Amino acid sequence: MQHPSFSPFRVAALAGNTFTGLVRLKVFYFLLLFALLLIGSSLFFARLSFQAEFQILKDVSLGAMNIFSSLLAIVATAQLIPRDLEERTIYPILAKPVARSEYLIGKLLGMLLLLALGILAMTALFLGLLFFREQILLGETTRSGLPPAQIAAAIASLKTSAFNLNLLPGILLIYLKAALLASLTLFVSTFASSNVFTSVTMVFVYFIGHLQATARTYWLQGHSSGWLAHTFLGLVALVFPDLQPFNLIDDVVAGTAIPLALFAKAAALGCVYTSVYLFFAWAAFHEREL
Amino acid sequence: MIRPALIALLILIFGVLRLSIENALTEEDRVAYSYQVNLRLELREQIGQLGFIAALSGFRSLAADFAFIEAQTAWERTEWSRVLLSFQEATTLQPHSLLYWDMAAWHMAWNASAAASHDRTLPTDFLRRQAQRQYIELGKNFLERGISNNPRRPQLYESLARLYRDKLRDHATAAACYRKAASLPGSPEYDERFAAYELSYAPGRECEAWQILRSLYDRGPHERLPTLLKRLKFLEKKLNLPLQDRIPDTQM
Repeated sequence: MQHPSFSPFRVAALAGNTFTGLVRLKVFYFLLLFALLLIGSSLFFARLSFQAEFQILKDVSLGAMNIFSSLLAIVATAQLIPRDLEERTIYPILAKPVARSEYLIGKLLGMLLLLALGILAMTALFLGLLFFREQILLGETTRSGLPPAQIAAAIASLKTSAFNLNLLPGILLIYLKAALLASLTLFVSTFASSNVFTSVTMVFVYFIGHLQATARTYWLQGHSSGWLAHTFLGLVALVFPDLQPFNLIDDVVAGTAIPLALFAKAAALGCVYTSVYLFFAWAAFHEREL
Repeated sequence: MIRPALIALLILIFGVLRLSIENALTEEDRVAYSYQVNLRLELREQIGQLGFIAALSGFRSLAADFAFIEAQTAWERTEWSRVLLSFQEATTLQPHSLLYWDMAAWHMAWNASAAASHDRTLPTDFLRRQAQRQYIELGKNFLERGISNNPRRPQLYESLARLYRDKLRDHATAAACYRKAASLPGSPEYDERFAAYELSYAPGRECEAWQILRSLYDRGPHERLPTLLKRLKFLEKKLNLPLQDRIPDTQM
């Protein structure tokens, strides 16, 4: 019987298995930590002015979302292939026959599904708490006994400080950054000797990725002294991903109006990165001896 | 050996292809006033090792929040030097947060300056006044730097206007700041009125102030607020205007 070279059903089955496997690792425990961090910070910062309270609540929540999703993307993806190799589950899968591209796409999709659920849960917790605090402060303001004009102004200011529609595309960028990191981790893990190596490499990539834009600017403007420094900056700019475009959320929280087109371009860049790194992963993996 | 070399070549080609896209995005980002903090050596000196690492790892807002909380704690202990350093750190890490600039200026120009004027550890009145002036100047400096980082947002111009009005008694500059705030998108409608009020206190600018206040008055009853009427009446008397140019007394 002839098997199609690519089957979305096989990919979906692999993605489902990967997702179930990751859920069994109890990775969702980080949500508990996230909730505790959120509630703790909200209680602690309640003594500040409402503008400061909302700004810090948003920074803490989105910063935690960023770190949890990035760490999850790196640590969980780093062990996908090594674990399959160690448990020898990869051999029957690839002998089915399942193409190696399907195997990699399935693994990545499973991981992306896990990240999506994690970010959705964190977003729900964060927005729920933001709404809860907003309602409390709105109630206090309404009962403050101030003249109606002042109450109206205070309520308007409170609402502007609390929820901002730009938070949603900002959160999407956090997800895309995690997706990019997951895809790049998958690529590194196709040739890495251990998952520890992959994780450590990716932590370095994460830090360098936030510096890439600075290195690129220095390289292109020829600010570096000497050919060695110039070559080094060039390599950093060409090899490492630029993670700065995914940090627009910082300025959303600070109240800067970010054009939607900028969000869309950063999101498109994230999708391109994820797809290209997946292709590299396939290029490195498809004829690798297992 | 050929495969790894080929993959390395592909990575470099991808790097070259995305170079122009990333550059355009960074430039667009900068134009939208959301460009990342320029990581210079002076910044490293200002924000300390932890803040610098946070800035490198994409957590500069969070590091700025910690500096802000540190400033609040130092304020509760009235450690003004610590308040100043912490706010410098917070504003350097997150220059687009108006809250940090505004709070920094308020603590310096109002709280620290008032504390300095009563500081008995300074031996003379002259030194106390000098320290007070220096803190007010620091507050003004925070607002001016905040404005240069956020030139399209009216709030810091309003704060600077209040500082010129209440701390420096420079009503003409306060009026100019309110006028600038009024010209920006999203400014409250009272900025225009406040600019006129301030001008009415500026010596030698009474005629100009009267013309602006009168034009506001002529816009209709919604602008005829008690302060506006009071300032108009004051200027009419001061400028000794003929009766036909004055607003009716029944308005008061």
